[in-house]
Amino acid sequence: MSAYPPMYLKTRFYYALLAAGGLIAMIGMYAVYMMEHHGHIITGMNNQIVWGIPHVFAIFLVVAASGVLNVASIGSVFGKTVYKTRARLAGLLSIAMLAGGLTVLMLDLGRPDRIIVAATNYNLTSVFAWNIVLYSGMFGLTAVYLWTMMERRMSPWSKPAGFAVFAWRFILTTGTGLIFAFLIARQAYGSAILPPMFIVLSFAWGLAVFMVAQTALYAWNEKTLDPAILQRKARLLGVFILGSLYMVATYHLTNLYFAHQSGFERFILLEGGIYPNLFWWGYVWFGSLLPLLLIYTPGLGKGICVTAASLLVTLGGFALLYVFIIGGQAYPLEIFPGYEVSSSFADGQITSYDPSVYEFLLGFGGLAIAFLIATLGVHVLDFMPHDKPHNTD
Amino acid sequence: MRLWLASMLLCLCVPAAWAAESNAPKLDIGKGGQCVEEPQWMRKNHMHLLKHQRDETLRKGVRDEKLGLKNCIECHASTKDDSVIARDDSFCVGCHRYEAVKIDCFECHSGKRKSAWLQRAAK
Amino acid sequence: MNKAHKINGIDIRRRGFLKTSLGAAAVAVAPGMLLFDLAHGKPEVVSGKVRWGMLIDTTQCKTGCNDCVTACNKENGLSGDNKPTDSQWIRKVELKDAGSGRELSLPMMCQHCENPPCVDVCPTTASFKRADGIVLVDKHRCIGCRYCMMACPYKARSFVHEPLHDQSPDVPRGKGTVEACTLCVHRVDQGMQPACADACPNRAILFGDLNDPQSEIAKKVRSVASVQVRADLRLNPGIRYQGL
Repeated sequence: MSAYPPMYLKTRFYYALLAAGGLIAMIGMYAVYMMEHHGHIITGMNNQIVWGIPHVFAIFLVVAASGVLNVASIGSVFGKTVYKTRARLAGLLSIAMLAGGLTVLMLDLGRPDRIIVAATNYNLTSVFAWNIVLYSGMFGLTAVYLWTMMERRMSPWSKPAGFAVFAWRFILTTGTGLIFAFLIARQAYGSAILPPMFIVLSFAWGLAVFMVAQTALYAWNEKTLDPAILQRKARLLGVFILGSLYMVATYHLTNLYFAHQSGFERFILLEGGIYPNLFWWGYVWFGSLLPLLLIYTPGLGKGICVTAASLLVTLGGFALLYVFIIGGQAYPLEIFPGYEVSSSFADGQITSYDPSVYEFLLGFGGLAIAFLIATLGVHVLDFMPHDKPHNTD
Repeated sequence: MRLWLASMLLCLCVPAAWAAESNAPKLDIGKGGQCVEEPQWMRKNHMHLLKHQRDETLRKGVRDEKLGLKNCIECHASTKDDSVIARDDSFCVGCHRYEAVKIDCFECHSGKRKSAWLQRAAK
Repeated sequence: MNKAHKINGIDIRRRGFLKTSLGAAAVAVAPGMLLFDLAHGKPEVVSGKVRWGMLIDTTQCKTGCNDCVTACNKENGLSGDNKPTDSQWIRKVELKDAGSGRELSLPMMCQHCENPPCVDVCPTTASFKRADGIVLVDKHRCIGCRYCMMACPYKARSFVHEPLHDQSPDVPRGKGTVEACTLCVHRVDQGMQPACADACPNRAILFGDLNDPQSEIAKKVRSVASVQVRADLRLNPGIRYQGL
């Protein structure tokens, strides 16, 4: 162990980071207090756009939390050493993001004071209810997995634990996709491709978040990462970006084939204003194609390019989720196929969505909670990867 | 030994306070009277009764005239403002404030006597 | 091992523990047993022999008439406003056939499906179907996740976005929970009709027991053509529309 350089965050900087994260988390809690007191009327959500910005943040965090464990799985399940050293950090990031995402989700409830009711009245046919078990199980299993990697006597168990975590998170992300897949009546959802699509998205987003976090942590510790490791992971990110593009393309192309879906697809891809903009510019160009260029163009593909690519993939993820979750609700629900309809309840109308600041505060509060857990964890315990020292020339 | 004695004496303060009853809440019991059970039983068990009855009524459709929340309010709402929650000495609020137990019921349920509500709604 | 807690071979610590736990268990069970006796007074559980439903004659429904909506709002204590955050339990929908150009009007409310998607997705069993077919939200359990609103094919449900005051004593409603048409369950349980059915000036809304072959609604459903909205989803709603 003494051959590896120890890593400690500079104390003052560390406390500044904690203070910044804490402040944003506190502001998020203020938003929760306001929503609790005044009701959802202070948000931009209404009876047509039922899930808003908080859900975009929460679902990104939860999907990325599952995907970041990929880094660990490639180590424990597939036996690649470079990934194995990163497994602990991946585990910590997973727990941090899961906590942040679930906090946002639970605090956006109309009655968050009834969480105990949710835990004690269980509907076996509800995906949400399954997710309660899947998410809490994920916490527990990841904690056990971390334990097997950090306690020397438990290391023979780290491979079985790694397998268990790998399997569990596949089920968990499938569960996240099923939330939407089971919505039979909505044109944007109700499709069997959604669970696999979410799984591939989780690969991309999880790895992107891991790389951003890794870059930041290495920089804050004034350490350098072996460029070979970075390049290898960047290539892997490229593969995952391509995989996501494939899934999203298949989803839309299949939809386009169905005559009854053409109105919806035209809205999302062409005429819907913010939705096509975010989709084509946010997700496809900035979130997928530009990162691919940054990774694969000869001459690029190193250092800052890779970090930039990872950051862009993350932002592209948010853009895609906005289009998916909110665009899917903005398009009118087709209750009477073959009829043009109008009513006092936005039947036949496209609903505009105007998110309020409280929704963003809540979302960023969740990010802050994830940040705090990760920063605290890295400072207190030995989560940083122990790479073999490399030659910088 | 002395410590033991001192703590026993302190413990005796509790029943002493019970016996005092000087700061027990003064309640506006509305029309008053007993309908379901005697007051001491109700003080101890009304929450269990409400919790059990609400599922019977809502999920199974069993509407017991005597045990419905509306019926409780019909008698116990103040004769002055027809409410069980409007003032500090209202029937529900008085004791709940004293015991510092938050009442969740009236987020959704009306605290007003139905006959009074109907009169106002008709105007 | 220290055997000081055993007297004559009997473990008094264990005995004490067992006594205390039995006592605690008895105290926990006692209120329920008391209440069982009390509730036994009037066992009128609704039965599945009845299935409440409606038959709506769209040929009698006039564009511009909102009597059913007004009646529902008054009966249930709704504000009657139409802001995007206001609850609407029933609404008038104006339809125009995209092919033929035929126009019609109809009221749309919770369809009280036999296989309700809202019940399937609710995590807390707050959204449930009563034995007689009325689909309700148990506000005691609703956590306000709005998943049922996403799942409903008819957009029947509304979320309460702000604190409410002055609710009708018959119709509890509160901030942070989801609500929808209750088929006026508080009236049905007293042998009355839903408020919308009562209020329609053309008697376009016929309410009754679909399972009773002699009821007016069952006879009419057997004789005139009627459809369920989005019947392809196989939810078997209790609301049927004539002339659609």
